[in-house]
Amino acid sequence: MKKIKENNPKKSNIPILIIMWFFILLFGGMIYYIVDYSINNKQELIGNSYNGRAKILAAQNLRGTIYSKDGDVLVSSSLNQDGKEVRHYEYGPMFSHVIGYATNGRMGIEDQANYYLINSNAPVSTKAKMDAQGLKYPGDSVYSTLDLNLQKAAYDAMGLYKGAIVVSEPSTGKILALVSKPDFDPAEVMYKWNDLINDSKSSVLLNRVTQGKYPPGSTFKIITALEYIKEHPDDYYKYHYNCTGSITRGEDTIRCYHGMVHGSLDFKKAFAKSCNSAFADIGLSVNRNEFGYTLNTLLFNNVLPTSLQTSSSKLIVTDSTLDTDMIQIVIGQGLSNITPLQLNMITSAIANDGILMQPYVIDRVENSAGTVIKQFKPEEYGRLMEENEAQIMRDLMVNVVNEGTATKLKGTSYYSGGKTGSAEFGVSKSGESHAWFTAFAGSENDEDELPDICLTIIIEEAGSGGDYAVPIAKRIFDAYYQNK
Amino acid sequence: MSLETYISEFSKYIIAAVMILYVINCYTAFLYKNEEKSKGVYARQSVLLFAFHFSSFMVICFETHEVSYLIFYAFQQIALYVAVMLFKSFYPRANRLVINNMCMLLSISFVILTRLEYSKAIKQFAIASGSLVVGLFIPFFIKNLKILKKLKWLYAGVGVTMIGVVMILGQTTYGSKISYTIAGLSFQPAEFVKILFVFFIASALYESTTFIDVLTSGVIAALHVVIQVANKDLGSALIFFIVYICVLFVATRNPIYLILGMASGAGAAFVAFKAFSHVKVRVLAWQDPWSVIDSAGYQITQSLFGITSGGYFGLGLYKGAPNSIPFVEDDFIFSALSEEFGIIFSVCLILICLNCFIAFVKIALKLTDRFYKLSAFGFAVTYIFQVFLTIGGGSKFIPLTGVTLPLVSYGGTSVLTTVLMFTIIEGMYMIREESSEYVDEKARRKMDKNNNRRVAGPTNYDKNGRYNNARYRKTANNYDREYYYNNQNYDDIEYYDQNDYYDNNYRSENGYDDDLEFLHGFTSPIDINLVNELSREDEEYLDNDIDFSKEILYSEEEYEKDQRK
Repeated sequence: MKKIKENNPKKSNIPILIIMWFFILLFGGMIYYIVDYSINNKQELIGNSYNGRAKILAAQNLRGTIYSKDGDVLVSSSLNQDGKEVRHYEYGPMFSHVIGYATNGRMGIEDQANYYLINSNAPVSTKAKMDAQGLKYPGDSVYSTLDLNLQKAAYDAMGLYKGAIVVSEPSTGKILALVSKPDFDPAEVMYKWNDLINDSKSSVLLNRVTQGKYPPGSTFKIITALEYIKEHPDDYYKYHYNCTGSITRGEDTIRCYHGMVHGSLDFKKAFAKSCNSAFADIGLSVNRNEFGYTLNTLLFNNVLPTSLQTSSSKLIVTDSTLDTDMIQIVIGQGLSNITPLQLNMITSAIANDGILMQPYVIDRVENSAGTVIKQFKPEEYGRLMEENEAQIMRDLMVNVVNEGTATKLKGTSYYSGGKTGSAEFGVSKSGESHAWFTAFAGSENDEDELPDICLTIIIEEAGSGGDYAVPIAKRIFDAYYQNK
Repeated sequence: MSLETYISEFSKYIIAAVMILYVINCYTAFLYKNEEKSKGVYARQSVLLFAFHFSSFMVICFETHEVSYLIFYAFQQIALYVAVMLFKSFYPRANRLVINNMCMLLSISFVILTRLEYSKAIKQFAIASGSLVVGLFIPFFIKNLKILKKLKWLYAGVGVTMIGVVMILGQTTYGSKISYTIAGLSFQPAEFVKILFVFFIASALYESTTFIDVLTSGVIAALHVVIQVANKDLGSALIFFIVYICVLFVATRNPIYLILGMASGAGAAFVAFKAFSHVKVRVLAWQDPWSVIDSAGYQITQSLFGITSGGYFGLGLYKGAPNSIPFVEDDFIFSALSEEFGIIFSVCLILICLNCFIAFVKIALKLTDRFYKLSAFGFAVTYIFQVFLTIGGGSKFIPLTGVTLPLVSYGGTSVLTTVLMFTIIEGMYMIREESSEYVDEKARRKMDKNNNRRVAGPTNYDKNGRYNNARYRKTANNYDREYYYNNQNYDDIEYYDQNDYYDNNYRSENGYDDDLEFLHGFTSPIDINLVNELSREDEEYLDNDIDFSKEILYSEEEYEKDQRK
């Protein structure tokens, strides 16, 4: 009793209460962490090659089907006579890079949607039926955003050339078609694996749309023009230049394509004719710090905001950038590189009043009974340019079709605008170049509406963009509006 | 058979729901102040425990087509039932929440171990049954062995010797020396020393906390920690350290010790990080396990694969791959449970562990004997900190230390130690109950003698002769207390006899009403400490609805008569 008298029980309980609450809060934090971690990392972790659980699921469920946006079966699985699972790629190499493969590692949608494809949310009654018959559960199906007709048109139009085509919907970011050549048949990856990975010359497995880095050539003038408009919002159209076929700054001389002399040009015409001399002149006049900032806004030096696996391009311009470099950069012939996807994203933002939607290829996941398990919604990345700037850029690009380097697109039932490029590559000035075209198109009858569709094409070692890439764009746009 | 498909599919949801209900009952038990009202809670818990256990074994049988599991289940069911029943009849006043939680954790252990490795489940069951038998007598010993608080040097000597012998002779298990084998049985002394260690600190600090006391106890505690670090058993070393700091803080009430302890702990951790490669490897594997996935990060990444694969409701028993996690039955049982029972179940499991801790702390709060108070609190911290180390370590919340989840993980010494800890606390709970009963009776008589007016006026006893303060509390609220205390001649003074004041004072001082009330600052006219000892009985009658309109006035003689009956 003596001890108790010396100690007020109330007071001696305070430290106990402090420590009790400390542990309660600590456990609250830990519970939050565990729930958050386990729910948000589920898919990523099941894809890890050290995680054996994917194999268990694959043994239990029949890998799901991949559909086009209209419900055409693109890839499906079945069991052969030995009870082994066989994957059928219905269109062979046509979707090689975008759908990818799921043997010897994974690629494309087969990789991105692997978690859904190997899981089964089939109704219990179906599962019970399958169990009774000793069959595998049907895996969940993936509906892609891909348009079979457009993919076909793009694939055929590319012919035997190497290169890349990406077609997208600017208002949502949905990728409608994606072609990369040379291609491969996903069904044969297993057997030809060693040839495929040892092929360093044509790098077949490289998805040229998302990971191929090319010199942007004249398509870069979109960026130079945008910067000039940003700096001269009210009087950019007053710009005037007299082209003599070349421009010299110090020891560097820039020549127009094939030594062309464009004569007297205003801003619009300089863009339409893709005059190198005029754009070198424009490029030298812009504020280089601001230009560097604009480049960052247009996703240079950034990871592209998309779930696809991409390469990012690096280009830094500051006040300390020399004239000699600047003069090359602004016409797209410097050390800069760009992926077709990034150029497509910039074009999409122009077509969508400056707002960039994140590109994606998976629309939704359904179980075997057609119940939607997961719906992917269009996601806005943000604004790449002001609305009026996007409008001016669209006008400039439509003029390229009307009186510039892309006149092969004139006279169609829809309106279109774009920018060609002929990117010289390597050290030689032999005149060999990659043919670029990045463009949008919309229905003629509602010109107030924003464009419906956007595409970017690069044909390796073909020649000029106007001659080789624009006709391909026309075939794709035609296919789109024929079916619309 | 398609029936199995339905069973395994639906049982996931049933088990999750059962666990949620169980946890809700765990915490509603705290709302009731008296055991009488909590009886419903305990009954529901028992039913839910049965539901979990039964449905889990149903699934196991359907998945494996092994009837022998049913027999094993029957044995478990009988053992758990007998344990609960015997505790109830041996100790009618035991804290049943603690017993229920203990049985729930054990049944979770039996289920998951049966699924992971049957032979280990059988061993676990045998050890748990033996531990329960021993545990049945522990409260009796705790209650009657008054010598416990005098054995300071025995605890220290035996404890240090036990883990010291491991350091010299012990077998190295996966890099740490933690066990030795006696008569064919592998024994992990560090587990058992945890109990001795808590008793040591409590007996060293309950009487006085002079600097010399703190220093000597600190040296002994440091010795425990250093030996465990040398044995490469970082988990136990950390537990010894944290428990010592926490109990020291409670014993001294001096935050400087807490701050100093934490600072020296941080310093020691830094030195250990720099000096010992095995510490460094674990910290680096915690920071980024993915870059060392095939070496130091292998365990933790496999554990994370398990935790993340279950989703909310789990993959279902036998549907996951928990056996791909190394040492899953010992250190990563939580990951296995998350995988097959889901995250909802895991969170419930954590909440049950936390519930045990809070129940222990509540017992410590109400104990008046400082030795028992410090011991109960020390066991509470030992338990919860170990839970924190194993669950936090397996989920990459903190670096991995490789300790078991008490009662759930496979491990003989660990189960025995934890059952002992739970039952020791039960014993202390009953000490508190009985001592307060005893003091209560004395307090009553003393007050009767000191205060004739109370017997003449409205009584504090209801018609059954039970002491009742509610009346006084109620009326007191209607009057201005200060007025009363300043004007002793107030007409209604008989309603405000001193007991009223004591009652209010007692309630706040003893931490009733969740310890949130504070003293009013005036001093007591009679011995305040006497009233401090008032029992929980009061509490019970306060909460019962007694009809005061039928109040009967008792004379002292009548009261005495009633008492004799």
